This record gives sequence, C-alpha cells and structure tokens, in this order.
Amino acid sequence: MSGGGRDLPGWLDAGLLPAVNVLLALFAGGLVVLLIGENPLHALVVLLRGAFGDLTALGYTLYYTTNFILTGLAVAVAFHAGLFNIGGEGQAYIGGLGIGLLLLALDRYLPAILLLPLGLVAAAAFGAAFAFVPAWLQAWRGSHVVITTIMFNFIASALMVYLMVNVLIAPGALNTESRGILPSGHLPQFHTIAAAFGFELPATPLNLSLLWALACCVLVYLYVWRSRWGYALRVVGHAPRAAVYAGIRPQRVTIAAMCISGALAGSVGFNEIAGVHHRLLLDFVAGYGFTGIAVALMGRNNPLGILLAALLFGTLYQGGAELAFEIPAFTREMVTVLQGFVILFSGALAYMNRPWIVRLHARLSPAREAG
Amino acid sequence: MEEMLTIGLSALAATLRVATPLVFCAMAGLVSERAGVIDIGLEGKMLAAAFTSASVAAVSGSALIALLAAMALATLLGLLHGFACITHRGDQVVSGVAINIIAAGLTAVLGIHWFGRGGQTPDLPVEARFMPVLPVSATDAGAALPLRFLAEVLGGHNLLVYLAFLLVPLVWWLIGSSRFGLRLRAVGENPEVVDTAGISVEWLRYRAVMICGALCGMAGTYLAIAQNAAFTPNMTAGQGFIALAAMIFGKWRAFPALAACLLFGFLDAVAIRLQGVEIAGIGQVPVQLIQALPYILTVILLAGFIGRAVAPKAIGQPYLKER
Repeated sequence: MSGGGRDLPGWLDAGLLPAVNVLLALFAGGLVVLLIGENPLHALVVLLRGAFGDLTALGYTLYYTTNFILTGLAVAVAFHAGLFNIGGEGQAYIGGLGIGLLLLALDRYLPAILLLPLGLVAAAAFGAAFAFVPAWLQAWRGSHVVITTIMFNFIASALMVYLMVNVLIAPGALNTESRGILPSGHLPQFHTIAAAFGFELPATPLNLSLLWALACCVLVYLYVWRSRWGYALRVVGHAPRAAVYAGIRPQRVTIAAMCISGALAGSVGFNEIAGVHHRLLLDFVAGYGFTGIAVALMGRNNPLGILLAALLFGTLYQGGAELAFEIPAFTREMVTVLQGFVILFSGALAYMNRPWIVRLHARLSPAREAG
Repeated sequence: MEEMLTIGLSALAATLRVATPLVFCAMAGLVSERAGVIDIGLEGKMLAAAFTSASVAAVSGSALIALLAAMALATLLGLLHGFACITHRGDQVVSGVAINIIAAGLTAVLGIHWFGRGGQTPDLPVEARFMPVLPVSATDAGAALPLRFLAEVLGGHNLLVYLAFLLVPLVWWLIGSSRFGLRLRAVGENPEVVDTAGISVEWLRYRAVMICGALCGMAGTYLAIAQNAAFTPNMTAGQGFIALAAMIFGKWRAFPALAACLLFGFLDAVAIRLQGVEIAGIGQVPVQLIQALPYILTVILLAGFIGRAVAPKAIGQPYLKER
C-alpha cells in the first residue's frame, strides 16, 4: 500500500485519517484568518453563532445544506463508478432550467400537488440529460469525462445567458429574470407550513426540498450498496476488467452512473427555483456544484459522511455570511478558501498522513506486530 | 470597404492580445501534461499570479519585479501540485481543482484585506505596467495593406505578447528536440523505461510542473499589469480552461496549440464586435454561441469526430517506483 506497506484497522483508515485531514484543512484556514489579523477562535464563535444562533440562522444553514447534500451525492455516485464528474455546476444549472420551464409552462393549469412532482422530474431529467452527453462520449468515444464536463459547465452557462437574455426574460423586466412563477409552483417553505399548524417560525428559504435531499441519501445508499446495479457500479469503479469478465457492461454502467449523478445535481433546481426564487434567473447555482466535490471528498463518498459534510459546509456558508457582516475584515470568500483546503487535504493529499499513522499504530500495538 | 478593413485589422490585433494569456497557459499545460501530469489548475495559477503581479507592482512600482514575483508564486503552486500528485501520488484532477478554488478564494480575501475596494488592487501608473514596446504610428488609410497589417496588427503590443509568441517555437524545440524534452515525453508515455534508464521520474515531473507554473505566472502578469491596470477578483474568467481546451485541441503539440489559441482568441474578438450586429440573411448572431464555440469544438474533437486527440499514455497516473 501507499504508506509503509502495512494495513491499518478500519477505524483508523476511515475515521482517524479523514479527521486528521479535515483538521489540517481547518488549521490552514485558521492560519489565513491569522494572516489577515483576526483571532481564529473569535471568528469561529461568530461563525457558529451565525449558523446556529437562532431559528433564522438555522433555517438558512439547512437551506444551504440541502444543496450540498444533493451536489455531494452527485459527485459520490459518479465516483463509485470511477468517474470524476466536475460538471455538477452545469447540471444543476440545466436542472434549474428544466424545472423553471415546466413550472412556467404549466403553473396556470395544474394544482401544486401535480405540478411540483412533475417539476422535480423535470429538474432531474434535464440534469441527467445534460450529464448524458459527456457520459456517452466517455463510454463510447473514449473522451475523458473530466474535460468534457468542464466544457459542459461553460456551455451550460452560455446557453443560460442566451436563453435568459433572448427568450425567457419577462417583458419590460430590468433584470434578466423570467416572470414570477404562480403560487401553485411554489414549494412550501417550512415557515409557511409551521404557520398552517399554528407555530410561528421566522421566514427563511428552507423548504420541503430538504426532505427530498434526505430521501436521496437513503436512495443512494440503497442503490450503491444494496442493489445489483450498485454492485455493478462499484465493480466497474474498482476493477473495470473484472467487471467485463463478470458480464457487466461498463459502458452502460458509466452512462447510468453519470445520469443519476446529473439527476441529483439537477434537483438543486428543485430547491432553488421552486423553493426559493420562484422564477428563472442567472447564476442561481453560485458554486454549489463545485462545493459538492469538497463535500463528497470530505464525506468519503458515503451518504452519512456526505450528510455531515454538507451540514458543515451549510454552516460555513451561512456562518461565513454572518462573519462577513459582523467583522469587516472578513469576506465570504474565506469559505471558498476553506473549501479549497478541504479538497486539498482530504482529496489530493488524502494519504499524506498515512505513513506516520501507520508507524504510530505499529508502535502502540507491539503485540500484533510480534504475532 | 475601408471601414470593414479597419474593423478587420483591429479584430486581428485584438486576437493577438486575447490569445496571449491562452498561449502562455496552453504551453504551460503542454509541458506538464507531456510529462504525464494533468493540470486542471492553470486557471488558479494564472489568477494567483495576476493578483501577485498587480499587488507587487502597486507596492514596488516595477513591472519586472512584479513579473518575477508572479512567476515565483505560480511556480510554488506548481510545486504544491507536484507535492500532492508526484510525491504523495494524489489525484491530479482533485489537486488541480483544489488549487483553482484556493486561488479564487485567497486572492479575494487578501485583496480585500490589503487594498479594500472590493478586492481590486490599486490602479497602476504606466511605469509599473508592461506598455507597448513601440509607439503605434497611426498609418494613414491610404497606406499599402502589408504596411497597415504590420503597423496595426503586429505592432503596438507590449513585451509579453511578443514573448508569448516566441515561446511557442521554444517549447516546440524543448519538447521535440532537446534531451530534456525527449526524457520528458518518455516520462509521460512510459515512466518505467525512464526509471530503468536510471533517470528520476519524480525529478523530471517536478521540473515540468515548475516550468508550467512559471509560464502560468507570465499569463497572469499579462492579464493584470499589461492588458489591464489592476487585478479584479476572478479576472481570469475561465481563460485557463479555454487554454486547456486549446492545448487539447492542438493535440498536445506546440504549433497546433498555438493555432487553437489564435482561433479561440479570434472567436472572442469577433464575438465582442458582433454584439448586436445584424448580418444580412442570418439576422443577429447569438454572441453566446460564439463564446461557447471553443468548448463545443473541443468536445467534438475529443469525441473523435474531427481527427483523434490522443493524450500522453501515462497521463494522470502516479508513478510508483518498484522496490
């Protein structure tokens, strides 16, 4: 193996090593905070208060978390098939386009109970379709999915600008926004649901799409670890040649994995368009797709890990906004820096700390070494 | 007719200006990837270098010192990439993504901390920038076409533009004919052979990522203190990825990559000039389509519909020396 030639017990490999990596990332982030002359501990307190201090803060934190669960799962599913989907950003954008078009077309004719599920299907289908092209090209033409999905992010962005500016813009609108979607196309927000039951919650963007994201965690778990298709997915990811011997067709698995990945990323549109903005607009994805990479790496491509990592990034996004508001020296980009460090230490340098943990483990358990 | 000619010449001159950072980055990516190290991080290194050069130029007042500082910083980022994927055999794509994101975040955070103004660096005086080497002499409209081409298209650029285009034959020679280049290509195709010959695979790849970083440094410097007079957050705006596309479009070879850079630069220059222009028979050309063309063309090329783009054989694979 890569570090010292010794295997580690599972809890060290799956527990301690990732934890050390995340701590290193946070430590590096703390150094940057020091560099701009602020106290990292004070910053942490403000950040946590900003993310969990009251119900409004919590609502925003969970709203961000929803997006990160979806984009994190999207990266993870592709990863289990040995594919690196950097196109979550574009797939989420096009997924939003899908649900936006559907809601704008049908919001006059259908009740919410029919319209919203259809919208979710549209978001997932558009996201999947946008991932299908790179997937097909990877499976049948051998073009590298990393490069094509990067290109597709830019294509998505150009396409959206074209559509918004020339086709979808509401007549007479000053901003490049479509007309507002009628209330039948609004996904209920938690505070309106609570109000219907007589509770009072502060108004936040948090909406029912959180439940969909949580359901996706369970569905992805069942798919990857408890189904035939998921077995094929993991075989292709770990041993593509063995997959062929086992009668699995890697091309099909590649396409299925990327389409599911695209559908998960696309359903970010369910949260953003149906749940929050209630219209089509530009740049509503705002980097959630890229953050999904950090979330998946940190969560080790496991639904439970992704849930926790998504919550962490939700905390950072909301707390970071509050931090930028309270301490003028901070900007929201601080969160971007931290995200980069997480990708560096938990991803690219994932095995840097393995050798010394192996050595430490060997020294602390001499009995096993003798045996 | 006369007007068309003027617009045409100015579009060609703009093509060279837009293509310059692409050429630097495409050559950077080429050196790295021919050695077997994927570099998604061109964008981030260029952005970090742009910020460094603008900051150093603002403080020191010297364009040359700014250039050197930017090259040094981008080289350090190249070393970080090498540390992650050569020494620790991490995933090269993941490492590149990390560098892009860290650069985007840190340049904004430090920019706001040091200079305020929403992350923009102070506007630079002429002395602290790379300015046109030869003053443009406004040729009269009646001059002969070759003379106008020389003056209006090839003349009037700053030093870095000429450097970028001189770099291409240099890289072509370095990769294709020098001993270093031969070994570099071998390391990208079949590292075992290089190792068997007693040459260090790691050191060769480290040199490749360092050269790559230094060239990205020149690209960033050009953006911040030659083409513009200050750094603005996220000013690279995807040009690192266009350069990556150009390198792939050029099939990992210097002169074809240059041609792709010029093509993509030309598309950009034309897109700006066609904004809102009606063309007889077609109507308005969607500018976004022209802007997306580099990406679309690259996808089509990669799919093997126009020739075949074959990457170096050992690309993306960390080398594990057998013990």
